[in-house]
Amino acid sequence: MQEIMKWNGWGYSDSRFFFNKKGQAEFTGKRYKLSGLIIPALKDWFESTFGASLQHKTPPILNSSAVHPPTLNETFVEELKSTGIPFSHDAEDRVFRAHGHCLHEIFALREGKFGRVPDMVIWPNCHNDVVKVVELASKHNVCLIPYGGGTSVSSALECPPEETRSIVSLDTSQMNHILWIDEKNLTAHVEAGIVGQDLERLLNESGYCTGHEPDSMEFSSLGGWVATRASGMKKNIYGNIEDLVVHIKMVTPRGVIEKSCQGPRMSTGPDIHHFIMGSEGTLGVVTEVTMKIRPMPEYQKYGSVVFPNFEQGVACLREVARQRCAPASIRLMDNEQFKFGHALKPQVSSIFTSFLDGLKKFYITKFKGFDPNRLCVATLLFEGDRERVLQHEKQVYDIAAKFGGLAAGEDNGQRGYMLTFVIAYLRDLGMDYYVIGESFETSVPWDRVLDICQNVKERIVRECKDKGVQFPPLSTCRVTQTYDAGACVYFYFAFNYRGLSDPVHVYEQVEHAAREEILANGGSLSHHHGVGKLRKEWMRETVSSVGLGMLKSVKDFVDPNNIFGNRNLL
Amino acid sequence: MASKAVYSHRDPMLKKRDDFEDILEERRNSSDLRYALKCYTPVVYKGISPCKADALTNMVLQSSHLHYVISQVSKETGRAVDDVQDEASAILEEMAQRLQLSTIRFFAFTLSKVFKTLFRSICVNEEGIQRLQQAIQEHPVVLLPSHRSYMDFLLMSYLLYTYDLALPVIAAGMDFMGMKFVGEMLRMSGAFFIRRSFGGDKLYWAVFSEYVKTMLKNGYAPVEFFLEGTRSRTSKSLTPKLGLLNIVMDPFFKGEVFDMSLVPVSISYERILEESLYAREMLGVPKPKESTSGLFKARKVLSQNYGSIHVYFGQPVSLRSLAEGRVNRSQFSLVPRHIPKRPSEEIQNFVNDSAYMLVRAQEENMVLKPWVLLASLLLQNHHQSQAPGQKPGMALDELTERVVWLRDLSRQYGAFLHWPDHRAPSDVVSSSLSLHPGLVKISEGRVQLALELAGGDVGPKESRSADTTPEEELLSRAVIVLSCASYRNQALHVFLRPALLALAIHAAASTKKQEVFYSFSFLRNMFSNEFILVPGATVQDFEEACYLLVKTGALQITQQEVLVTERGHRTIVFLTSMLDPFLQGYQVVCRFLCEEATEELTEKQFIPSIRRFIIKHLLAGRLRYTEVLSSDLQKNALAALLRLGAVQKLKGVDQGTLKVNTVMVNSLEDTLGGKLPTQKVVVARL
Repeated sequence: MQEIMKWNGWGYSDSRFFFNKKGQAEFTGKRYKLSGLIIPALKDWFESTFGASLQHKTPPILNSSAVHPPTLNETFVEELKSTGIPFSHDAEDRVFRAHGHCLHEIFALREGKFGRVPDMVIWPNCHNDVVKVVELASKHNVCLIPYGGGTSVSSALECPPEETRSIVSLDTSQMNHILWIDEKNLTAHVEAGIVGQDLERLLNESGYCTGHEPDSMEFSSLGGWVATRASGMKKNIYGNIEDLVVHIKMVTPRGVIEKSCQGPRMSTGPDIHHFIMGSEGTLGVVTEVTMKIRPMPEYQKYGSVVFPNFEQGVACLREVARQRCAPASIRLMDNEQFKFGHALKPQVSSIFTSFLDGLKKFYITKFKGFDPNRLCVATLLFEGDRERVLQHEKQVYDIAAKFGGLAAGEDNGQRGYMLTFVIAYLRDLGMDYYVIGESFETSVPWDRVLDICQNVKERIVRECKDKGVQFPPLSTCRVTQTYDAGACVYFYFAFNYRGLSDPVHVYEQVEHAAREEILANGGSLSHHHGVGKLRKEWMRETVSSVGLGMLKSVKDFVDPNNIFGNRNLL
Repeated sequence: MASKAVYSHRDPMLKKRDDFEDILEERRNSSDLRYALKCYTPVVYKGISPCKADALTNMVLQSSHLHYVISQVSKETGRAVDDVQDEASAILEEMAQRLQLSTIRFFAFTLSKVFKTLFRSICVNEEGIQRLQQAIQEHPVVLLPSHRSYMDFLLMSYLLYTYDLALPVIAAGMDFMGMKFVGEMLRMSGAFFIRRSFGGDKLYWAVFSEYVKTMLKNGYAPVEFFLEGTRSRTSKSLTPKLGLLNIVMDPFFKGEVFDMSLVPVSISYERILEESLYAREMLGVPKPKESTSGLFKARKVLSQNYGSIHVYFGQPVSLRSLAEGRVNRSQFSLVPRHIPKRPSEEIQNFVNDSAYMLVRAQEENMVLKPWVLLASLLLQNHHQSQAPGQKPGMALDELTERVVWLRDLSRQYGAFLHWPDHRAPSDVVSSSLSLHPGLVKISEGRVQLALELAGGDVGPKESRSADTTPEEELLSRAVIVLSCASYRNQALHVFLRPALLALAIHAAASTKKQEVFYSFSFLRNMFSNEFILVPGATVQDFEEACYLLVKTGALQITQQEVLVTERGHRTIVFLTSMLDPFLQGYQVVCRFLCEEATEELTEKQFIPSIRRFIIKHLLAGRLRYTEVLSSDLQKNALAALLRLGAVQKLKGVDQGTLKVNTVMVNSLEDTLGGKLPTQKVVVARL
């Protein structure tokens, strides 16, 4: 994996955006639908949104030699050798596992700056290997940081700078097998290092799927999902990670924790799975998970709806949730994101398609009177057997029509979901041209969705101005999940940092302010990204002092010597 | 003594203020009709197209807040929901404004005529107008004018119309509704009417608060109300009322709006239309119930010159920045926002501090005319020259010399003084005096208050004519004194803090800084119903006072001691005389309560009985200040004693009966009179 991925940016090395000699944006590689295509509108959007210019470039500095030599615990290394578990203290291996994908982490890498990085990397092959490693680490007082797919956006993988012990990155990537599939109970027992797309592919070969598709699924791992309480795009059908797991095995300094049976629900005191899920690597390493599986859906259909404004769109989503008829996925983008999506349309091949596009635009803006600066779009994904999908589709479109929504075609919907996977690559393009940005999320009761969207976006704009950002930022949001009692809201935020001496600091201040605003508006600290170190200052007010004490006492019992010393969460 | 004041101590001299433009000038040179019919296209909040008044009432009636309260009331009283709903509609009907541009145009025309007759000029800081225009586009706006006259809100709307700004909706007291025609006219110019008291009426409160919030949130119009709650009869700012401020801030706390601009507006009149009306009211000549005919009787005012008006639109205050670090808005996350909840203590304190900060902002931008300084000097002189054998009044040149001294002093204290520097001081003095022929007179080159009844300029005893009782005569003199005092009061906020310090130095047992501070904080606490003193800002106020007096060379302050300098004597005497009437007044109130308050004294009887008591003492010559007859002072003093627990209001059967703690009241009186050291009382009370 490490060979085919960027060490200082998102995703595969062969896939990236760049501006060609004609100034047109292109996406390289062969992996995505957008790969190899020219995206003509991106440059204009990019320049007009950020005030950025192709003349002003900030290419990354390639310098991976400035890594501090490792601090090794000799006796630990000696004993480890005798177990035969592979390990390395090669600089490149260590740097690769020293970070997640927060802006400040990637920005520092691009500038060739490295803070504390793990002193060594270990690749256990199975549960028993992990048991041995954890025993040795406890014995020799070595700090362990579990590493799955490395897609964290909460500073969870950052090595605490104050850590004086030898830090060992425990890479689970070799534990990537499906151990068994139980078709009678529709469960699969899987090693926790498996990456999302491999899990789906392998299950698909047997005609099954988990249906768990977080946006990071190309790279993120099953163990990571469990450790952060992940959420998948299609949770409306399949559920979030906590609904999907049936059994978890975790290795802690105290020993292995697991339940004795696979009953679908138990009344045996507080569910110990809930100490594990969201523990963010502070208690141990998840090694094996039994997960629910489903037969692969017979039929999938994308769709999209255009609303005259965001308010109507939210009202529609709320009604869909009230009637509990949400499709596999339903997402509502605001006007800025709609425009952004538009800018990412690949070059159309025929005059006829572009004529049709023009006609559509005319119909919506002129005939239906939608204001192009206010309209917004919802993307939909239906799944199931064909007949039911069509029926379901009609039900949702009927509701949408009550809120002024117009069906806007499958293409728009599909492109919306494709963007989910390439958007992370776009940040690297932005960083080539003085533009930095990131996304963050929250969950909030229905009655506050509109207010939180408006206030957080405005706060971002205002903070940028106050902090001396010279150009108006991109500040946009979308509603990405619906629940009975609320929704998940995703914010994207990016700005052109030309003229700022310390852009990352400004960025962090703005993000901090935005999070304060979220909390002040009744939003949660996180819906699925987790807390890590980035958000732990707000844990006490989020779960109360008693709540924090409860979590601490669990940590104290399970890991009294802080072997799992990434210092996330608490 | 942790202080958490919202304002910070700074050099008042550094205050920068905008220049004024006279808007009447253009009115005098162009057609009023064309002006009234001009094209009026104000900018609105975020470009929202304003909805009709009807749509507004529907939004209110359909709000979840009101639905919730209606069903709650219906459950509690057993009345049908429809019935309660109807009552809510009726309340709304009674309350709602029906802003109409045609009415505004009518007022634009008639007021132009009236204003030109009454006033020499109406001056507005146009930079303030520009800031307001900006604010209206960005966030909902709350306009907070000072309140000294009925004229205030008509004037405000008139100005906003003149500058093509969105017309405000204005919270007005229900008493206006008594004037049938006028009430409706006001309604059509944007006034909405609220009952003066609706304490426990849940439904009324719900309708009212939802109505205000709906207008504000939707950027329907700027909401305007008077923080002081009512017109100040004394020209002193009144301690702020918090009800409406609580309501307007609520949408911000609950995240329904991103921010809100609070705009303090200071309206200062060179001569107040209601001048002697107010004085009579405070002396117990009952206030005429507002009636249309009464207003027409006021027509005789049309024949007089009322000088100029200055309107200063202050810096819009962002509620968000004000609340930064002081209010944790996530406290509203746990209860649905439409369910009414008592504000937490944190919120109450914040609203209270903000209200004081805003009233102080109003005070600071009040324009003071030279007359205000003259009135202060003449009143002081009046009281000092009552001693037998003294010539009444002051020689004109002496007065001029003193007022020039005072001008410089007040400027150093940061007063917003409008003194025409290009004219000779004697000129300024005589033209100022000529605007108030009813209050001062000049004879034989001496200036004095116009106290004597027609026919004599000799002592009070001889001047009594046959058909007036001494009491009537006293009261008629008091009208003049109180009127003058209302002008002096305009300048009080400038001198207040240094004057409290001057009094404290006087009263303190020694020159030790600590003792002076004790004394200061006792007096400050005592007078905090009388003047605008930000709660909890004792230390800041003390420091500000020290700073000003040291800067102007009146005091020397060492590590331990506070000493009056040789040349500071004059300043200190002036400052103590400024507050002396209040000091004496509070002592008299205490004495009354100790001597005369019987078992059955109720709150209602308090004013009439203390008035009798004071008149008796004045006539007997045991009391120097006629001003003490002001019911405003008496009420404030009682409020202070109630706050301090020296007097209690009984509940239950003897409702409203005042129970006096004689020992405590006595010791407060002695402390005020400087007979007791302050330390003990202060420690016990603070």
